[in-house]
Amino acid sequence: MSDAPDPVVERNPNESVASFEHHSRGALARLQHFLHRFPTMVPVIVLVLSLIAFGLISPNFFSAFNLSLIMQQVAVVGTLAAAQSLVILTAGIDLSVGAVMVMISVIMGQLAVNFGIPVPIAILLGLGCGALTGGLNGLLVTRLKLPPFITTLGTWNIFLALNYYLSGRETIRSQTLDAEAPLLKLFGERFNLGGAVLTWGVVLMLLVFAVLWYALNKTAWGRRVYAVGDDPESAALAGIQTKRVLMSVYMIAGVICALAAWSSIGRVGSVSPTSFFESNLESITAVVIGGISLFGGRGSILGPLIGALIVGVFNSGLRLAGVDVLWQLFATGWLIIVAVAVDQWIRKISS
Amino acid sequence: MTQPLLTARNLVKRYGRVTALDHADFDLYPGEILAVIGDNGAGKSSLIKAISGAVQPDEGEIRLDGQPVSFASPLEARKAGIETVYQTLALSPALSISDNMFMGREIRKPGVMGKWFGMLDKPAMDKFARDKLTELGLMTIQNISQPVETLSGGQRQGVAVARAAAFGSRVIILDEPTAALGVKESRRVLDLILDVRSRGIPIVLISHNMPHVFEVADRIHIHRLGKRLCVINPKEHSMSDAVAYMTGAKLPEGVAA
Repeated sequence: MSDAPDPVVERNPNESVASFEHHSRGALARLQHFLHRFPTMVPVIVLVLSLIAFGLISPNFFSAFNLSLIMQQVAVVGTLAAAQSLVILTAGIDLSVGAVMVMISVIMGQLAVNFGIPVPIAILLGLGCGALTGGLNGLLVTRLKLPPFITTLGTWNIFLALNYYLSGRETIRSQTLDAEAPLLKLFGERFNLGGAVLTWGVVLMLLVFAVLWYALNKTAWGRRVYAVGDDPESAALAGIQTKRVLMSVYMIAGVICALAAWSSIGRVGSVSPTSFFESNLESITAVVIGGISLFGGRGSILGPLIGALIVGVFNSGLRLAGVDVLWQLFATGWLIIVAVAVDQWIRKISS
Repeated sequence: MTQPLLTARNLVKRYGRVTALDHADFDLYPGEILAVIGDNGAGKSSLIKAISGAVQPDEGEIRLDGQPVSFASPLEARKAGIETVYQTLALSPALSISDNMFMGREIRKPGVMGKWFGMLDKPAMDKFARDKLTELGLMTIQNISQPVETLSGGQRQGVAVARAAAFGSRVIILDEPTAALGVKESRRVLDLILDVRSRGIPIVLISHNMPHVFEVADRIHIHRLGKRLCVINPKEHSMSDAVAYMTGAKLPEGVAA
């Protein structure tokens, strides 16, 4: 080679200043980088594999009816998981989502049935109460600077107690709702879509995820939520009002819990103060399996939707295969551990 | 002589019993690089935080262009055109270069989508970020949407400086910009600093690295025991003089003990 510059040598003008080091990486490191860029691929792969596996085991699994049943079963917890995702993206956790949901369903039911308030207004008041519960969590976290875990552990108990107080520990029965407040059961109503039977609750869940996806990825607010979860001090120094962002996150999460409450009335068919007792932990499960990092700032909002579906698919598939219920729990447990282990591994890339 | 652009007089900041700033003064002239040096605990970071709005002084006055200002937050200082590159860089590692450059001042799409639905104008943001990095000779980064955590230390520093240079219309403050960098990368950042000055924007440089300070600074502000001890010209003093003043081993001329 001579030293004279060869004008024909490909010299992209952009590349003349671009010299990014490319190390040759092993297959494992390449996988790590791929998952780092697309963290949602982990749950997607798990979902596809489990669909294939259960489809092979039980022939009924792939029927439109069964698949739509799975959607119906995960609709309420999936909606809650959307709220949970927002909080976890800010490196927090919300243990109160389940209690908020049940309490709001009681508030909506009581206002509409026992206080004779027009149903649409009762629903709006319920949504407002959802914002208030989130506002309380948000205030405790931002003003008193309490850790979100402790804050929501406290409010979980408080909301549970209020739930029993407001309901008088009594269930509003399905017939009563049909007669006096049928609108409350809206999200339990079914419709046909090419052989699949879906409920409006499923549509609500998908809609909530779609709106959140837009807000988190396409708006300044979304970028700020990620920045606050990623590194709150850096975000504050970069000029973000982190308290305001956190308040908005908790309040929106509260409103989504209230939507889930409305949806849950349709799912159960009645207003029961003792329903969905484990839904807060189930929502966290969906978020973690969905690849959102518990340390905040990482993961796609669509992950928890897939995470909720994975849990639904496992439950349905194992049931169809005639496996004891305890193995559903067993499988879910391992899924959580594997999901978090994978997250830790992916995060190592930055160090 | 020209008027100073940014001045501080008699700044006092106490943390409980500790007096971090004890009637400290500060002057920055247009178009200069002013280095601020001082021993650990001398209060230079408190001084810088007061100027950049991260801390509110208990007493004293800060003037920008002769007008008294008081910044309640870094956001307000930024609005006044004072940009700070913190030692921690204040970048969000998981977000992209372009997201980081626009953190807190994103561009929205024109029309209904931007106004009512808050949609970001990503193409415009990416283009601006790319232009700014190229301007500073920092386009060693191919993908403007790659997360900051995948960049090297020098590249991250470059992104943070580019962000400050892109928006800092009046003053840019750099806190220990070369502390975490290797020789080559430090060189890059120093060139970057000189480049920013050549655009007429004055720079406040906080550093422990004497060779770097003496290489780029026009004047050196020596901070000691919570106040300004003196300002020296690096051409008339040696590094060992500066270190002696800083540590109190020697007193500069004209300063009473």
